[in-house]
Amino acid sequence: MSIFLDSVSKKVGTETHINNISLEFENGTTNVVLGHTLAGKTSLLRLIAGLDRPTSGRILMDGTDVIGVPVRKRSVAMVYQQFINYPSLTVYDNIASPLKMSGMKKDVIDQKVRKTAAMLHIDNLLDRLPAELSGGQQQRTAIARSLVKDAELLLLDEPLVNLDYKLREELRFELQEIFKQRQAIVIYTTTEPAEALMLGGNIVVLDEGRVLQTGPTPYVYHHPENTRVATVFSDPPINFLSGVVQGRFAKLGEDIGIPMVGHLESVPNGNYLFGVRPNHLFLTNGNEKNAEIRVKVELAEINGSETFIHVCHGDAHLVIQEDGIHTKQIGSEIAIYVDPCCFFVYDQAGQLVASPASNGVQK
Amino acid sequence: MNKWENNKAWFFLIPVLIFVCFSAIIPLMTVVNYSVQDILAPGKTVFVGTEWYRIMLRDPRLHEALWRQFLFSGLVLLIEMPLGVLIALAMPKKGWGVSFCLVTLALPLLIPWNTIGTIWMIFVRPDIGLFGAAINEWLGIAFDHTRKPLDAWITLMFMEVWHWTPLVALLAYAGLRAIPEVYYQAAKIDGASSWATFLYIQLPKMRGVLTIALLLRFMDSFLIYAEPFVLTGGGPGNATTFLSIYLVKLATGQFDVGPAGAFSLIYFLIILVLCFIFYQVLQNVGKGAKT
Amino acid sequence: MARIEFNEVAHSYLKNPKGDADYALKRIHNAWEDGGAYALLGPSGCGKTTLLNIISGLVNPSKGKVLYDGREVAGLSPEKRNIAQVFQFPVLYDTMTVFDNLAFPLRNRGTAKAEVEKRVREVAEILDLTHFLNQRAAGLAADAKQKISLGRGLVRSNVAAILFDEPLTVIDPHLKWHLRRKLKEIHEQLKLTLIYVTHDQVEALTFADKVVVMYEGEIVQTGTPEDLFENPEHTFVGYFIGSPGMNFLPCKIDGNMARIDGAKIPLDEKTAVMARNVREKLELGIRPMYLEVTPFAVENGVPVQIVLIEDQGSHKIVSVKLAGQLVRAVVPEDKPVPEGKAWIVFPQQKIKLFADKRLLKSEGATL
Repeated sequence: MSIFLDSVSKKVGTETHINNISLEFENGTTNVVLGHTLAGKTSLLRLIAGLDRPTSGRILMDGTDVIGVPVRKRSVAMVYQQFINYPSLTVYDNIASPLKMSGMKKDVIDQKVRKTAAMLHIDNLLDRLPAELSGGQQQRTAIARSLVKDAELLLLDEPLVNLDYKLREELRFELQEIFKQRQAIVIYTTTEPAEALMLGGNIVVLDEGRVLQTGPTPYVYHHPENTRVATVFSDPPINFLSGVVQGRFAKLGEDIGIPMVGHLESVPNGNYLFGVRPNHLFLTNGNEKNAEIRVKVELAEINGSETFIHVCHGDAHLVIQEDGIHTKQIGSEIAIYVDPCCFFVYDQAGQLVASPASNGVQK
Repeated sequence: MNKWENNKAWFFLIPVLIFVCFSAIIPLMTVVNYSVQDILAPGKTVFVGTEWYRIMLRDPRLHEALWRQFLFSGLVLLIEMPLGVLIALAMPKKGWGVSFCLVTLALPLLIPWNTIGTIWMIFVRPDIGLFGAAINEWLGIAFDHTRKPLDAWITLMFMEVWHWTPLVALLAYAGLRAIPEVYYQAAKIDGASSWATFLYIQLPKMRGVLTIALLLRFMDSFLIYAEPFVLTGGGPGNATTFLSIYLVKLATGQFDVGPAGAFSLIYFLIILVLCFIFYQVLQNVGKGAKT
Repeated sequence: MARIEFNEVAHSYLKNPKGDADYALKRIHNAWEDGGAYALLGPSGCGKTTLLNIISGLVNPSKGKVLYDGREVAGLSPEKRNIAQVFQFPVLYDTMTVFDNLAFPLRNRGTAKAEVEKRVREVAEILDLTHFLNQRAAGLAADAKQKISLGRGLVRSNVAAILFDEPLTVIDPHLKWHLRRKLKEIHEQLKLTLIYVTHDQVEALTFADKVVVMYEGEIVQTGTPEDLFENPEHTFVGYFIGSPGMNFLPCKIDGNMARIDGAKIPLDEKTAVMARNVREKLELGIRPMYLEVTPFAVENGVPVQIVLIEDQGSHKIVSVKLAGQLVRAVVPEDKPVPEGKAWIVFPQQKIKLFADKRLLKSEGATL
C-alpha cells in the first residue's frame, strides 16, 4: 500500500492545524514525524487515519481517494499517548478485541494473541485487568492490540511519552525491532530527536502545521535546511551565535574569532547565524584548532551519564553537552571550546549555507 | 469537529426527539394556544390576545401565592443547603459507616411524594399522630396544622427539609470526596484551622455540586404540589396555597383554562429566569475580579 | 532549620504487617544535615513518598523514631514541625489572589501585617511572581501555579526543611530547567534544608548535592551524583542511573580473570583477590560508555556479534551479544562502528564486581 497526501490542509475555526501538506509514504517504511508540541503531529495522524476530514486537499491510498471512507473500513491501527485499553476486559481480551470484531476463528485468534503478547513480553499477564498493570505494561497492551490485526497502516502518536525513562529505553529498543518485521506503513510521531534517530527510516519535520523538511532521518539530522529544523532536531536545542564573515575569518558573538576553513571556506562575506550542537561544545580544550568562548554558568544539569551546562555568552544562551558528571557553580565564569569544523552556517533568512562534513550520510 | 462519518448517529436521536415533542413541546404549545383564547363552549373559541395575561398579572390571589411561594422556597433553601453541607461534613469518610449513612440518607428520597404527604399528615395529627399528640398532650402546646396557618407552615417546612436535605447532603458528600487529599495535607502544612480549610478549600471545591443542588432544590421547591395538596390542601384558608395549588384550582376546579394557560406560562418564565440568574451568579462568584 | 534524623524507621500501611513484603519502608536509618540539598530518587512504589510524608508528619511510622535536631517529633503535626511541602500538582486556594495565597501560611500563624507584606513581596521577587500578585491564582499557567505552591513553602522564614514531591511533573519540558535553576539558586541563597522526591534522574542529579537512591522500601545508596555514576553500590543504582544503564554479566572467577561462559576478562589484582573469597552470585558491571568497540582483534578484546546500532546523534548505542547476553556500548559519533563481528575491551579500572547485587569493596566489607 502507499499513501499520498496532496496539498492537505486542516482548519478548525480560525486556527490552521495543518497547512498545505503534501507527503508520500511507501509500504514497509518507518516514518518519523518530528515536531514540538502543537506542531500538528496529532492532527496529521488523525487525518491519515481518517478520524478527521481535511478542509482541503486529497488523501490517496493506492491511488484512490479515501476521504469519506469510515475508519473502521480502513486497515489502520493507532496507539495513543495515553494508555487506552478496555478497562473491563483482561489483557487477553483487550488484545483479541480487534480480531473478534472481524469475526476470526477462535483458535486463530488465540494463536495470534499469544504470539503478539510474547513479542511485547506481556504473555504472563494475559489474565490481568488493565488497572492491575503498571504504566509500561498498559502501553505494551495497547501496542499489542494495534499490532495484532496486521493493519497496513500503523500510527503511533508519541506512544512512549508518558512512560518513565527506563521503560522508554526498553520499549524503544523493542519497537524498532518489531517495526522492521512489519510489511506496513509505520508512522510514528515524537518530540525527541534521539527517538527519531533511533527509529531511523524517513523523517518529516513538522512545525506550525507545515512540513519543514523531509528525507532519510540521519541525512536531515546532518543537514538541517533551516534554523527551525536545526532547533527542532536537536535536544537540547542547537546553539546559535550571530557572526560576521570577513575574508578568511569570522567574528562570532562578543569576541570569538574563527578561521573560515574546511567546509566554511566557500561562505561569502556577510552576516550569518552560526549553529553548533551542544555535544560539539567542550569544557576542555582537546584540539589546537578550537576557539575559546568565555561564558557564565547558569546551571549544570546531569542526566546520569552526561551533563548539560547552560551558560551565557553576552545575550546568547548556550548549552554544552559533556559526557560524565561535571558540577559547576552557578554564576562562575569559565571558558568553553568549539571546533570550527562543527559549525552550521545559516544566512539572514535562516537557510542553510554550509554544513559540517558528515561521514558517509547519504541523501 | 468534523466527524462526518458519524452522521448516521443522528438517526438514533429521532425517537427521543419525537418523544420530547409529545411530552413537552406539543403540550406546551397547547398551553400557549389556550392562553390566548376564550373557550365559551366546546368548539366555540374566541381569540383574546394578551387579555388573560393582563388579568392574571393583576390577580391579587396570584400575587399572594407568588410571595408565599418565594417565602417558602427561600426558607427551604436557607435551611436545606447549610444543613446538607453540615451533614456531609459530619459523615464518615471510610468504613461501613459510609454505606450505612448513604442508605439512611437516601431513604426519604425513595418514598413517593404523595405518600410523604400522607405519612406526615398522620404523623402531625393532634389526636392520633405521634408528633401532634406528643406536643399537644405532653408539652401542652396547642398545635394543629389544619387550623393554624403558622402550624401548617411549620409542618410543611419540616416535611420538606426531612424529604430533601438528604439530596443536598449526598451531592455535597460527593463533592467533598472528590477533593484530592493533597489539599488537606497542604492546608495542614500551611497551618490552616478547620474553619479556614472549610472556607478556602472545601467550599470553593464544592461550588459545582452545590450549584446543582441549589438549582434542583429551588426548582423542586418552587414547583411543590403533591405534599401540600395531601397535607393541607392549600389551607387553612389560603395559607399554604402555593402557585401550583392555585394553578390546579384554577384549571381543574374552575375550568378556567384560558387564565390557567396564561398563568402556567408566567410560572414557567419565572422559574426559567430565576434559574438562569442563580446559575450565572454562582458560576461567577469568586471568579471575576481580574486586574 | 534543623538536622533531621531517622532512627530505625519502618512503616507499613497494614495494621498487622507480617513479612518484609508488607512494609512500604523496610528499615531506614539516615540523617539529613542542616542546609543540605537532598534528592530521594527511585521508581514508583519504592517508598519515597511515604518517607517524605513521615518527615513532614503526615504519616506516623509504624516503627522507629524521627528526630529533629536530636528531639523526637513523634505525633507532632506538620504545622508544629515547621515543615513546608510542595506537591506533585499545584495546590492553590482558588478563591484567593496570589498575594493571599502566599500570605496564607503566615496569616494562619498570626504574623503581623507589615511582616506578611514584606515576606510575601520578597518571595514573589525571588520567584518572579510580583507581576501577578493581585491576580486570582486560579487563572494562571501551570508553572506559575507551581511557583505559588513553592512560594508558600518559602514564605515562612524559619522552616525546618522544604519537602518537594515530584514538583515538576506538570511543568512543560522547556520550562523545567528554568525552575530547576530557580530551586538551585534559592538553595544557594537561603541555605535551607531541601528534600526533593523524584523518579527522574535528571531532576535528582541536577538538584541535589546528595542523592538518596531508594529501591523496594530501602535506601540502597546515598552519594554525590558522581559517586552514583562511578561507584554504584547496588546493581539497581547502576541500572537506574545513566542512560543506557550499566551492563551486568554473571561471571565466575578464574585466577585473575572473570569468566563469562567462554569469554575471559582480565581483572586487576586487588579486585580478583577480593572476588575469589566470595561465595554469593557474582556479577561483573561496566558502564556502556567505558566499553571500547574495535573492528579487529586486540589484546584482551572479547569477540562479540553486533546486534543493533542506534544512532543518537551525539553518540551511537551499539548492542552486542556476548555469550548469549546483550551488552550495550556507547560509541562517540566521530568513531566508526564495525558491522557484524567486533571486539570489545573492558578497561580494568572501570570494571565493578557485584556479589549478590552489592558492590565488592576493597576493605573486604560487602556493606
